[in-house]
Amino acid sequence: MPLSEEKIKELIKEAIPDASIEIKDLMGDNNHYSAVIKSKLFNNLNKIEQHKLVYKSLKGKMGNELHALSIVTEGK
Amino acid sequence: MEIKDKINSLIKENRICLFMKGTPDAPQCGFSMAISNVLKHLNVNFKGINVLDDENLRQGIKDFSDWPTIPQLYIDREFVGGCDIVKEMFEKGELKTLLKNKNLI
Repeated sequence: MPLSEEKIKELIKEAIPDASIEIKDLMGDNNHYSAVIKSKLFNNLNKIEQHKLVYKSLKGKMGNELHALSIVTEGK
Repeated sequence: MEIKDKINSLIKENRICLFMKGTPDAPQCGFSMAISNVLKHLNVNFKGINVLDDENLRQGIKDFSDWPTIPQLYIDREFVGGCDIVKEMFEKGELKTLLKNKNLI
């Protein structure tokens, strides 16, 4: 089942409370998104660790219910 | 062979190793195609491993890297990233620098 934009934001916020998140539904199908996520938690992490933090916040949905979420992460 | 051992030998034997869906000449997913095209554009030799040929490998590489998606790029046995990170590194010129520093370009 596809995941709504709001649900994605909610999951990320749960794990990364200070995150500012911009999400685009690329195809209007609730299945292909791109997101820019900024958080202080990213400040001392490398890109791989930053993306892992986001994937972990999605609790295993990435690659399953959520087919495609391309992400750009930045510190704050 | 254990899947972990198989992955270890793949990334040892191939300095640039891309775990992807499909092959470099016939990618079966847009994200896999994107990384494959970046590497072709940089004119480097790389080994594309089609995870669709082997269900154990498809799950195995996700566990191995602790990374939920495919494609995954390894350079000199080190996980570099998935599509987003590799694309970003390419756009910033960092990927080229990395490959140059390793004498792969």
